[in-house]
Amino acid sequence: MALPPPDPQFVLRGTSAVVHTLCFSCGSQEPDVPILFSGSENGFIHVWNLRTHRVDTALDGHGRKSVYCVETMGGKDRLLSQGRDQRICLWDLAEGRTAVTDSVFTENVGFCRCSLLKVAQGRWLMAMAAKALEEVQVLELPSKTSVCTLKPEVGAKLGMPMCLKLWQLNCGSQPVLLAGYEDGSVVLWNLSMGKALSQLVCHQEPVMSLDFDSEKAKGISGSSEKVLSIWSLNELQNLQVYKTHELVNAGISDITIRPDKKILATAGWDHRIRIFGWKKMKPLAVLDYHTATVHCVAFSDHKNPSERLLAAGSKDHRISIWSIYTQT
Amino acid sequence: VCFIPGGLDCSISFVSHVLGKVCIHGRQKEILSVLVPRLTDLTKSDCIWQRICWRLVECVPDRWMEAVVLGFVQRAPGADVLSRLLGNLVVKNKKAQFVVTQKVLLLQYCHTTAVLQNLLGYLYLDSLRRALLIKVLQELLETWGSSSAVKHSPPEQQQYISKAILICLSHLKEPEIESCRQDLLTSMMEGVKCHLDSNLPQIRRLGMIVAESISSKINTDGPVLKFQYEEDDEARELKSLLVQTPPFCVVPSLPDDERNEKAGAALPLVLESNKKSHTAAPVMPDEELDAELDSDDDLIPYDMSEDKELKSKAPVYIRDCIEVLTGSEDVDKWEATVKALESLVRKNPAATREVSVELAKILLHLEEKTCIEGFMELRQRAQVAVLTTDPIPVAKYLTSQFYSLNYSLRQRVDILDVLVLAAQELSYPKSHGKTKNSGAQKPCIQLLPGSDSSKDWRRIVDERIKSKTRRFASGQSQVELASGPNEFNSVAGNFFFPLIQHFDRPLTTFDLLGEDHFVLGRLVHTLAILMYLAVNTVAVTAMGKALLEFVWALRFHTDSYVRQGLLSCISSVLLGVPTERLLEDMTEELLETQSWIGDVVEKDPDGDCRRLALQNLLLMENLKKKLKTVPS
Repeated sequence: MALPPPDPQFVLRGTSAVVHTLCFSCGSQEPDVPILFSGSENGFIHVWNLRTHRVDTALDGHGRKSVYCVETMGGKDRLLSQGRDQRICLWDLAEGRTAVTDSVFTENVGFCRCSLLKVAQGRWLMAMAAKALEEVQVLELPSKTSVCTLKPEVGAKLGMPMCLKLWQLNCGSQPVLLAGYEDGSVVLWNLSMGKALSQLVCHQEPVMSLDFDSEKAKGISGSSEKVLSIWSLNELQNLQVYKTHELVNAGISDITIRPDKKILATAGWDHRIRIFGWKKMKPLAVLDYHTATVHCVAFSDHKNPSERLLAAGSKDHRISIWSIYTQT
Repeated sequence: VCFIPGGLDCSISFVSHVLGKVCIHGRQKEILSVLVPRLTDLTKSDCIWQRICWRLVECVPDRWMEAVVLGFVQRAPGADVLSRLLGNLVVKNKKAQFVVTQKVLLLQYCHTTAVLQNLLGYLYLDSLRRALLIKVLQELLETWGSSSAVKHSPPEQQQYISKAILICLSHLKEPEIESCRQDLLTSMMEGVKCHLDSNLPQIRRLGMIVAESISSKINTDGPVLKFQYEEDDEARELKSLLVQTPPFCVVPSLPDDERNEKAGAALPLVLESNKKSHTAAPVMPDEELDAELDSDDDLIPYDMSEDKELKSKAPVYIRDCIEVLTGSEDVDKWEATVKALESLVRKNPAATREVSVELAKILLHLEEKTCIEGFMELRQRAQVAVLTTDPIPVAKYLTSQFYSLNYSLRQRVDILDVLVLAAQELSYPKSHGKTKNSGAQKPCIQLLPGSDSSKDWRRIVDERIKSKTRRFASGQSQVELASGPNEFNSVAGNFFFPLIQHFDRPLTTFDLLGEDHFVLGRLVHTLAILMYLAVNTVAVTAMGKALLEFVWALRFHTDSYVRQGLLSCISSVLLGVPTERLLEDMTEELLETQSWIGDVVEKDPDGDCRRLALQNLLLMENLKKKLKTVPS
């Protein structure tokens, strides 16, 4: 007898706008509180205190244009946010400050969330969609120097880049980029040479979101159709389709794999969050709480496994926090 | 009978006489069962024997010729054998020709298909006789195409003639068809019209099959006529007649047990292959099972049964439904509304009553906007729901629309069906729960007792009469069903009388007594059912009287479907109206009807009509018996 799915542990209300992006920062020690950052359509970034479940601060840095990506850079004191005002802002939040220390003008009017990768202490790589239609630019932060620009070959017709993921196998190796495009294909890019290593057509519709597990060299992508595509990277750096999983309703906005690589969560257009086991893509739960499209899901980075949380932000202005599969 | 072969010029006329006399006395079977096989063998290769055989039959006197020829035609195992035995008898002898070309084909219809095959094949096999075949075909087509024959001859005869036509067509080759192509075409056009006009589906289908076959024969290149009809055994059998198998393969020269052996050998092979496929299949799942065992079992899935497809919501209020159905461009919403309408109507009777007539109007005119499965049924159920929720105004509206201008036949028939289904629902006690939808197409035929096999009617009639007698000592009876007031009581009149009112007033687009006899047939059946359902209501006597008068006015209608309906009406009256009322208020009508029914039993060409009439007579007999047993 299967149990009915659990209810959210708590629900954060107060954004009064569509929630587009979420990021946890719960790794720090006492007396620091666990924090959740959320970016909304009204241009605010809310800093949620997960003890009191209230907003501690609201950051206004994008001129009331929608914020569609927030990422922490090594702790809760440094934050990166990306908005529809074509800017990427770097924030300094230490000791109660709320200042934008730097910003990058991307000149890109799309929705592609940027991807961050820490390559060395104090040095980051950031991949973002560039000004030209099909291009992706990789910058080094905080120096803002361009590392490379990845242009697909002429006639490839990939369309806009929709989602990006920078990763490296371990600390010393070459960083590579996985990019999902409008035509439904996922491309693996080599950054040092600026060339595409492999391209795989995973979907018939644009790739809305992807995530990658570098240990198993396996990734998953979701699109506006009913199919989730799981693909793998073999030794020759080639992408191959591993399996597909058909969903009940079409449309996925976000996919994220939990840091312990045991489960993954998808945010659906059908208002539901689905949990799968990552090893075999076994469907584990369907969390049906929201009353509108779920735009983003994020797993927390708690040091203590039993405290781990899953957050989902939706068009219905609410953020639901779930505690699920925390025993393993 | 043993003949002495060799040169002797013997006279066989004596033998012919004997043969004829025996046949005319009805002993065809005995003598021909010996004679025909013997002659078949003898005449197989021997010309002399063939000539002897021909002389034999030619010398049979005319007055016995029919019996002999018929016997031969029935006994011969194939057309070629018949040809050997009879020779050109039909050309030489007038009586034989009459029997073969006219009597067997047009005046009788009791013979089997094999006989027809023999006869027509025989006619084809010789060039002298072929002309006769063409003449036969033309006469058959004339009969097939005549509208009075279609209306008045029994369906069995029509099937027989159709079979004969198909067999003739199967024999004729190009040159012969060339010569009579024009005639074939004209007869086909006329015939198709009469057949499609009929109300009985069997006749329509016969017409379609024959017309298709004729068309395929005359238009060998180019577009061919193609109808849509239900393929069942009868249709397939008829179509198989179009193809002639050569006589060699037909006759099984192997003795029967050899054939059985072969069949037996085929079976074990099939079984073996089945077994093999079964053993192959289980191997696969085992492998898969092994692989699955070492997955992440420590993660137990939650219950995901609620995870279903997201559908666009249907409106929750009746007035919203009306808006969506009349105006909305959103097809998803329209679809969802159509699907949800019936349950909404039933859940909100008060709200429905406010807008019932409007809703009925919308539903009557509702056309299929997108391709929904079961649209007709959904619409009909919604209409029934509206009608049962608010019977009187909606019935008034529907019955008035039935006789209005500019409705299609489908809509008028729809109205009748909806009235019947709603009446059925209203008259059943509520504890029965959902009324069974006994097939939306023909609620009429199934409800009436005795419309199925003729053996059952007696039992059903008896049951019906038994159920009307009161039992005082019930003993260990079954649980009493909860009873409720009969809701049909108050509205039966509203359903019934408006329908019966204007049937003889023709409108420009709708003439019940003229061309639209299909609708008249349905109307009559509907009235029969409404009458039957009105049992135990207050208005039943008045309804019975009106119905008997209606039947009286239409009793000589030419369409057999209408007549069947009229007889069902009489059954309903006899069963529905309480006996005392029948005998007090309707004696004259009953007597007149009884004499008419007696006529129908004897003279009506349609088998179903005769059966229903017989049943009615029995009901009347039972009434009389009841009278006698009850002390007055």
